[in-house]
Amino acid sequence: MLLIPCPFCGPRPELEFRNAGHAHVTRNPAVDDPAWAETLFFRDNPKGIMAERWRHVSGCGRFFNVLRDTVSDAILASYKAGEPRPDVPLPGPEGEAPRIGAGDEVAP
Amino acid sequence: MTMAARALPPGAGALVSVALVPPATRLSFRGGPDAAEACAAAFGCDLPRRACRAAATEARAALWLGPDEWLLLAPEAETAALVAAIGAGLAAVPHALVDVSHRQVGFAIAGTQAATLLNTGCPLDLDPAAFPVGMCTRTVLAKCDVALWRRGVDLFRLEVNRSFADYVAGYLRVAERGLG
Repeated sequence: MLLIPCPFCGPRPELEFRNAGHAHVTRNPAVDDPAWAETLFFRDNPKGIMAERWRHVSGCGRFFNVLRDTVSDAILASYKAGEPRPDVPLPGPEGEAPRIGAGDEVAP
Repeated sequence: MTMAARALPPGAGALVSVALVPPATRLSFRGGPDAAEACAAAFGCDLPRRACRAAATEARAALWLGPDEWLLLAPEAETAALVAAIGAGLAAVPHALVDVSHRQVGFAIAGTQAATLLNTGCPLDLDPAAFPVGMCTRTVLAKCDVALWRRGVDLFRLEVNRSFADYVAGYLRVAERGLG
């Protein structure tokens, strides 16, 4: 089970959370249709570090953002909604992309 | 409630006992720091600012449930008076105060195996070092959303939504058979 660090409550078991998708989606309806469709429907699906929204639904109820490595599930940062995405180094040696693991490794 | 009460284990002499707590006034309070301060003055009990902590006086308690959300507990007869007092004290401050007295059912879980019993269905670390006396939080118990408050090393209070009370009482009764 993942331990997800809630910025308000501290590390909590994954069961208390719901994933809420891609973080930092900027909604600007004053754009043309293709750009608006991009905003609404197109999402990154990176192999590596992804900023995503989580909600501590069975806890404080807050939405917040997490930087998670989609390869290893390691959570590299957790920060309140509205705060800028922090710069974190890639978890692999020399900052290279992480290797594919069993999914149960933790960040160094 | 009657079904939940019937489902409870007898508990006498056991390492853990589960009992319904008497009906109480429960108020859901939401508001910013100003509102919390004014509410504490009107309620007669501090509203903790620290995450996941409860403050209690003899008859009242305020449980931190979120950065702007508290659960206020008081004796059953005081509902109307408290709603009026807090409403009057916060007339000029934006806030939300909802009477949820009948939404939830409270259980008192006591005994040396209380944390073990809860941990059969709750993934939190309930060691006193990680979950000290006075800590409270919403969490899950056997997939059911609950609010958990540690009132003593071996004493917990569980607030369960009424529609789940039978399920939780039955779950605890079954889980208790696996202890000891």
